[in-house]
Amino acid sequence: MPSLSQESRRGLTLISPTLIYALVMLAAPLAMVVMFSFWSQNYLDLDKTFTLANYRETWTQPIFQVLMWRSLRISLVVTAATVILAFPIAYYLSFHVKSRKALWLFLITVPFWTSYLLRVFLWKVILGYNGVLNSSLMELGIIKAPLTFILYNANAVVLTLAHAWAPFAILPIFVALEKIDRALLEAAEDLGDGPFRRFWRITLPLAMPGVIASTLIVLIPTVGDYITPKLVGGTDGLMVANMIQIQFGKANNAPLGAALAVSSMLVVAAISLGIFLAGKKFGGKVK
Amino acid sequence: MRAIGRFLSARWLAVYAVAYMIFLYAPVILLPLFAFNDATIVAFPLAGFTTKWFGLLWTIEALHGAVRNSAIVAISTAVISTLLGACAARAAQSYRFPLKRGIVGFIMLPLVLPEIIVAVALLVMLVQLGLSLSLWTVIAGHVLICTPFSIAILSSAFAGLDDSLEEASFDLGESRWGTFRRVTLPLIMPGVVSSLLITFTISLDEFIIAFFLTGTDVTLPVYIWSQLRFPTKLPSVMALGTILLALSVCLLIVAEWFRRRAARRQGLESSSTRGLV
Amino acid sequence: MDDANHQPIIEIRDVVKSFGSVKALKGINADIREGEFFSLLGPSGCGKTTLLRLIAGFEQTTSGTIAIAGQSMKDIPANKRPTNMVFQSYAIFPHLNVAENVGYGLVRKKISKADMTAEVEKALSMVDLAGYGQRAAHELSGGQRQRVALARALVMRPKVILLDEPLSALDKKLRDQMQQELRSLQKSLGITFILVTHDQEEALIMSDRIAVIFDGQIAQLASPEELYRRPVSRKIASFIGVMNFLEAEATGATDTHFTIRVPALGEVEIARRDAPAGLQAGQINVVGVRPEMFTIVSDGTGSFARTATGTVISTDYYGDMTYYSVALPGAADPVTISMRNTAGRSIARDGSEVTVGWGADSIVLLE
Repeated sequence: MPSLSQESRRGLTLISPTLIYALVMLAAPLAMVVMFSFWSQNYLDLDKTFTLANYRETWTQPIFQVLMWRSLRISLVVTAATVILAFPIAYYLSFHVKSRKALWLFLITVPFWTSYLLRVFLWKVILGYNGVLNSSLMELGIIKAPLTFILYNANAVVLTLAHAWAPFAILPIFVALEKIDRALLEAAEDLGDGPFRRFWRITLPLAMPGVIASTLIVLIPTVGDYITPKLVGGTDGLMVANMIQIQFGKANNAPLGAALAVSSMLVVAAISLGIFLAGKKFGGKVK
Repeated sequence: MRAIGRFLSARWLAVYAVAYMIFLYAPVILLPLFAFNDATIVAFPLAGFTTKWFGLLWTIEALHGAVRNSAIVAISTAVISTLLGACAARAAQSYRFPLKRGIVGFIMLPLVLPEIIVAVALLVMLVQLGLSLSLWTVIAGHVLICTPFSIAILSSAFAGLDDSLEEASFDLGESRWGTFRRVTLPLIMPGVVSSLLITFTISLDEFIIAFFLTGTDVTLPVYIWSQLRFPTKLPSVMALGTILLALSVCLLIVAEWFRRRAARRQGLESSSTRGLV
Repeated sequence: MDDANHQPIIEIRDVVKSFGSVKALKGINADIREGEFFSLLGPSGCGKTTLLRLIAGFEQTTSGTIAIAGQSMKDIPANKRPTNMVFQSYAIFPHLNVAENVGYGLVRKKISKADMTAEVEKALSMVDLAGYGQRAAHELSGGQRQRVALARALVMRPKVILLDEPLSALDKKLRDQMQQELRSLQKSLGITFILVTHDQEEALIMSDRIAVIFDGQIAQLASPEELYRRPVSRKIASFIGVMNFLEAEATGATDTHFTIRVPALGEVEIARRDAPAGLQAGQINVVGVRPEMFTIVSDGTGSFARTATGTVISTDYYGDMTYYSVALPGAADPVTISMRNTAGRSIARDGSEVTVGWGADSIVLLE
């Protein structure tokens, strides 16, 4: 098979610069983080003897447990909210918008291209004590005193993140819906399904790959989000990423930070795999 | 059941879509509002129109440095990640080779990796290697996260390329390089431009990696982060944000225009999702 | 046509091509003569396109050799071969106009700008597209794209032009017209054309010779007439046109003739040279008869020495023709008979008794 191996060689040669870059800049650093997590910090020096102490600390210290659990809870809520809110939009775009699809998609992505930092900060302006929301509501006479439960807590983090990741949730679902052959829906109707049964039996299972993709695309990065908790989360909105940053920064305990990073990656990977398999099972019935 | 049937009806969905767009645009609309608002406090009610916050931007030396740094980082990132992305996209589109799925998946990994992990991992390695942090370390990190976007865009550009066009060129006596120059490149050019613009925009906006990996030279988002702590600086930050927003939207429109021209050139219908996903 | 007058322009020897574990071509041998219109005919997936791409140089042979104009093509890439291809999709460069498309390959030949323009214009007028040079690629219709693709190949003055199903994207009327044009262009230029097609009618109309390819092997290589009249196997006979298959056995054999007994038709003698090469008497169990070789005789026996009486089972009316399905005593299945209609009328109805006549030379021995 000389031609096949020649083709393979060409392909591998072509992809090698990118692959080498990813190996050096991603695989090696990640491996180093894993290595770090088994070492310990001795004031200014690293003690390179193998230890599981960092993991023990990560998994037993209440503060880490609380943060990890909160991060997961927040990102799961964010993900669920984002995907559920996104689905009708994607559905509307795919099934009801006829000629201006590209314009709608463009409009959906525009807010995403404003500085992430400023977007989060502007939510702070909206939700703040003297913020846009409170002042408007007071102006309208709906409330007497400013609402305080909307900023500097987990709610604010959820709202802000759901906003930030909206386009990432909409696009994969939209693509999956676009791929559905409309004749299938007509066939289902022809065979006696009403709109609801048709949606449940045809549209949703066929859109499942898109739903899974958007779930994972939103879930994974939100667990590690740093800016949002810091700006709008207050003390009870802090997440694991903030702790990782503290360990690498002020606390000067890189090995503990590494153990935290590795642990949270493993937890997220496990959850993602679970979601992926569950989605495959649900969508797999129809293929 | 009937309720859901109605819920899926076009009119309710349209109402929902409009509400959703208001939610999406709520913070974005505030940006220009406060940028032109004649008050030091960023809050309602608005106090009157002014352009002084924009004027103020011209006087801040640190900001100019940050703009220059961001430009260097964003341009280098755009060029390098588009080159790397083009190689990978071409290999993935036109060649079969062992472990292809695994290799491509690994290169695309930064797309789903929390940025803090990427940032921390790179920081750990750079410190261990004893390299000092600089704009180059920021570029290295940005190239890593931008390359997958470039691959996504260029893959659809290469996928739209009919294999027989390159074969025809080769058949008509042209060399491999000549074929690339005379057929492949002109046809994927819009994709290349689109990739350059998108990766430029991502790099320009990226904060976490820049925050971790930057040395004494800060990029624009890192500069903005440092300013957010000072309430008196906020209006000028809003002005800066407005300029950045306008710039991003312009770049996006240009990128989209190039993408559609690519689709037209290749004789495809300009499908609304290509390149975006 | 006399074979000796034609030098082979392409010599294909024992060509094998594998893709991984799949053998696309299993040992192809053929000589293609200079100036002939040669077709590779077969069902999709038979390997005909692979063979064309091997000749063009887009694929490398796994084993075996291909020589063009006496020179081995081993390790010679597509851009150095004296062949040019008209692609199935036409592969018109979408970013170039018609003249730039046609002149694409000339750019590398060091000729003056004026010469180039003249060459392009000449090629365009050959395909009836004079004056279309400035048209953009996307403004062309399917037929025009096909002509541009042809002009782009012609302008290179190749020894051989390769056509990969060039007419399959066109509608029936345009296809018929392009078949005529391609054929007459090829005759007037005298360039060797190799056409890949799955359409047996197209191959019969256009070709000087046809190689029928089944499953990676040449099943028969012959002129259209020979292929139609003397297909060597049952598979080829049913791939090209319609053929009745009748049980038969050899009752005798001499050095020059077989004596064949066909239960439905009686005994006939068939010359060995009209039989597939190497056929042994013991292997004979089926003969073929084309539908038009039978005639339904309206009165008496007509001019036919051989007749049989049968019953019309069904008729299919096609306007100019009618196909009759006739049960003959001794034949397992009814035979199909096609007759030209006189004044648009069929000559027999369902259920009527008819006399069927045939000539001795209408019976074909099959492998």
